[in-house]
Amino acid sequence: MMTNTQDIQFSKEAMEKVQKIISRYPSDRKKSALIPILHIAQAEFDGWLSPQTMDYVASILNIQSIEVYEVASFYSMFNLEPVGNCLIEVCRTSSCWLCGAEDIIDHIENKLGISVGETTPDGMFTLKAVECLGSCGTAPMMQVGADYHENLTIEKVDNLFDQFRNENKKSRYC
Amino acid sequence: MPKITIDDIPIEVPEGTTILQAARMIGGDIVPPAMCYYSKLKTSGGYCRTCIVKVEQGSEKDPRPMPKPVASCRTNVMDGMVVRNITSQENLEARAGVVEFLLMNHPLDCPVCDQAGECHLQDLSYEHGKEGTRNEFERREYEPMDFGDTIKLNMNRCILCYRCVKVADQLTDGRCHGVINRGEHAEISTYIEKAIDNDFSGNMIDVCPVGALTDRTFRFKSRVWYTNPVDAHRDCDKCCGKVRLWNQGDEVLRVTARKDQFGEVIDNEDGSTAWICNDCRFEKKHLNDWVIEGPSDISRHSVISANHYESLRSIQKTTMKMMGAKPHGVKFELGDGALDPNNQ
Amino acid sequence: MSKKLLLKNDHIPGINTLATYKENGGYAVLTNALKNLSPDAIVEEVKKSGLRGRGGAGFPTGMKWSFLAKPEGVPRYLVCNADESEPGTFKDRYLMERIPHLLVEGMILSSFALGANTSYIYIRGEYFYVANILEKAIDEAYQAGYLGKNILGTGFNLDLYVQVGAGAYICGEETALLESLEGKRGNPRIKPPFPAVAGLYGCPTVVNNVETIAAVVPIIEMGGEEYAKIGIGKSTGTKLISASGHINKPGVYEIELGLPVEEFIYSEEWCGGIRGGRKMKAVVAGGSSVPILPTELILKTVNGEPRLMSYESLGDGGFISGTMLGSGGFIVMDEETSIVKNLYTFSRFYHHESCGQCSPCREGIGWMERILEKILDGRGTLADIDLLWDIQSKIEGKTICPLGEAAAWPVAAAIRHFRPEFEAYVTNPDSIKDIKHYYRLKN
Repeated sequence: MMTNTQDIQFSKEAMEKVQKIISRYPSDRKKSALIPILHIAQAEFDGWLSPQTMDYVASILNIQSIEVYEVASFYSMFNLEPVGNCLIEVCRTSSCWLCGAEDIIDHIENKLGISVGETTPDGMFTLKAVECLGSCGTAPMMQVGADYHENLTIEKVDNLFDQFRNENKKSRYC
Repeated sequence: MPKITIDDIPIEVPEGTTILQAARMIGGDIVPPAMCYYSKLKTSGGYCRTCIVKVEQGSEKDPRPMPKPVASCRTNVMDGMVVRNITSQENLEARAGVVEFLLMNHPLDCPVCDQAGECHLQDLSYEHGKEGTRNEFERREYEPMDFGDTIKLNMNRCILCYRCVKVADQLTDGRCHGVINRGEHAEISTYIEKAIDNDFSGNMIDVCPVGALTDRTFRFKSRVWYTNPVDAHRDCDKCCGKVRLWNQGDEVLRVTARKDQFGEVIDNEDGSTAWICNDCRFEKKHLNDWVIEGPSDISRHSVISANHYESLRSIQKTTMKMMGAKPHGVKFELGDGALDPNNQ
Repeated sequence: MSKKLLLKNDHIPGINTLATYKENGGYAVLTNALKNLSPDAIVEEVKKSGLRGRGGAGFPTGMKWSFLAKPEGVPRYLVCNADESEPGTFKDRYLMERIPHLLVEGMILSSFALGANTSYIYIRGEYFYVANILEKAIDEAYQAGYLGKNILGTGFNLDLYVQVGAGAYICGEETALLESLEGKRGNPRIKPPFPAVAGLYGCPTVVNNVETIAAVVPIIEMGGEEYAKIGIGKSTGTKLISASGHINKPGVYEIELGLPVEEFIYSEEWCGGIRGGRKMKAVVAGGSSVPILPTELILKTVNGEPRLMSYESLGDGGFISGTMLGSGGFIVMDEETSIVKNLYTFSRFYHHESCGQCSPCREGIGWMERILEKILDGRGTLADIDLLWDIQSKIEGKTICPLGEAAAWPVAAAIRHFRPEFEAYVTNPDSIKDIKHYYRLKN
């Protein structure tokens, strides 16, 4: 069964970025562009990668769909299920834990009324607990889209969530 | 040509031979078990770690031992190399550890598994494993999946040997299944359920060392040891047409490729591998489709299949016969006894 | 022992721009080297410097470079490993964010030395904003003629690209990184062949850490011999240390190798001592995978020698009483810390990051994590501690890549040095409830 990819098209700007990335690799090694293109696709199509999106990326790179599924499902930044507009990723590994990451996670869970791994009913926030993001000296921290929010305190978290709501923030890595 | 010793048995082998291949040239019980390596599939091996051996001396030139056990299937011999497999208790312990890991999430469903009796994991656990498991946590579970009408995937049994992926890459013209997800969640899948439809896809069943990929046309028809395996051939325009029929009376229950003592599909006379096509495997289920050559020489040594085949070859106890070899005193004593057709 | 080679200008506003970087001496080393030094002469200086890989393994960089195969007509690649993911390590991020041009200059210099005309910086996906900083620096370098065709009129061509990953610690392993760069799953390759012979696209490739490549700039500036005078013994030069945990002043510090550990932890110049005036309990000195040491062993070796920040001194005593410098991820824990819980976060991490290719790592690490969870939950037994020990020994050395060891070593070390704490968890779980940080174990 081939999935219909007709409805999925990169915008002109995104397609230009895609072509620029492809040009960085030898012409018989276009597959090298897969991960950067999946990032663009995820940002472009609602923050997650549907099978249709992945088939579309496969067609651009002229590779089998399974090669895209294999890669997309390997890397933790690719969402294979829909997520909220704003994906909150709180680090919980060693140094962040030592500096109170669990309090931060607790607070966000209570604040949003959801548990880790869940999305708020309004579809605004998804909360994830993630492993080390390389911000150990500024622990605890969370990543929202491309932004690192560091040295978190309860007050800081509250202010950030107010801001996210006011901006109706969509978290995107790129 | 490099000269090496494996468990004190000397052998001279061509440059570029792996330790495992060298051991297979010697034969017998010093051959490390291989669950993922498959000599007919390029880039196979290295994943399961059951074939690990201890390299006591790296080479004549550089006699230092290798610091860690090495995967014998992916390590080339060097002149003067000294390898220990079953004459190293440490190595056997390490292998028993690997076996425990492989069995940790494997279901205890041998009684309902079509692979039972010809399962490499059964052999491996019997010969190299320990009794019981120390894992008290729940096993991973997946829903079975159909790759079309002919192939069943039971992911619970998979040991992620990657052989089927390599078959799809190297034998078929478009791979549509692969390994998705990561770590202990890694699984063989088409991701969105797809049929694998290809003239040679059935060979994935033959290379699967466990009951993860089985023949849907044979499903629950019979225990394999109640069938009568015969070698047969037909003129086929897609493949070599040389197969093994697994019969019960006049009924052909299953068709497979012919396999050698290591469970690998044999070679044709021209040196190519005698893979068979899906027509031969799934469509030709009548005795009059085939020219029968005679009973198959079954060289598998699975514990369950013992004593059921007409001509069963058991593994030799090599080291005891060789000068200078030390008795290893592991479980093979029991295994061989049970497998010896004269010892019923 | 304050000696700064990499971070000497990190405090200057605007140092991330080409203009300011140049005003402060940037690209002078490159310009001089391209005109006056041969590629082999640069390799020779790096060899003389004694520089060791700063990613964690500490392999001599000059030697790694000299292994690079140079068959006729085959391209060679230099790939910078910016996939910094070892828990406790954040130095490369700091360096790239603050002084991106130092890495770019180092990449051009190293590519010239190795004869690479296309080079890649592979950066972890989570550092997207840092990738953007690097892209900007690279654009500036192209415009200034430091990149592209016929660089500074020398006939040397180089294209430099940034490639982002997408969340996988394993891609810090060099062959997994190359797989990922080829658009595949980050499964480490089975070696040999090594990347120096068959790396990216099957071509000879050198993979070096960010800090290693940045260090080439001061090495060429001062000469390998001068660089080798800095530091102590075979631990030459300076090292970036990522300090985190229960210290007063966490952050990235450039130290001269050989600095006493005690001074590093307690001096106001560095970590500034333990938070809240509490006592120190343990240190993980080189990133999550190196053995944790209790206070007495991190400050002094078993022979009573003061422990120094160097490859040799931290390694003194092997794994029985020593540890490793590793990536320089220095995590300090105060007296109230639960070692068992900290270990659990490490095991959870490695479980999450295992690629799943080989059986011991795929099956064993999750098992260890589950046993630790059971112990933390007060349901453990003494036999579980022995089982943990046995599982780690069955993973160590049995895997395709070093992730197996990285997961096994912390378990072994925690049990070796803190066994009574594990026993307290299983024999008297109620007593543990008071230990700080043991209040929560969901997810």
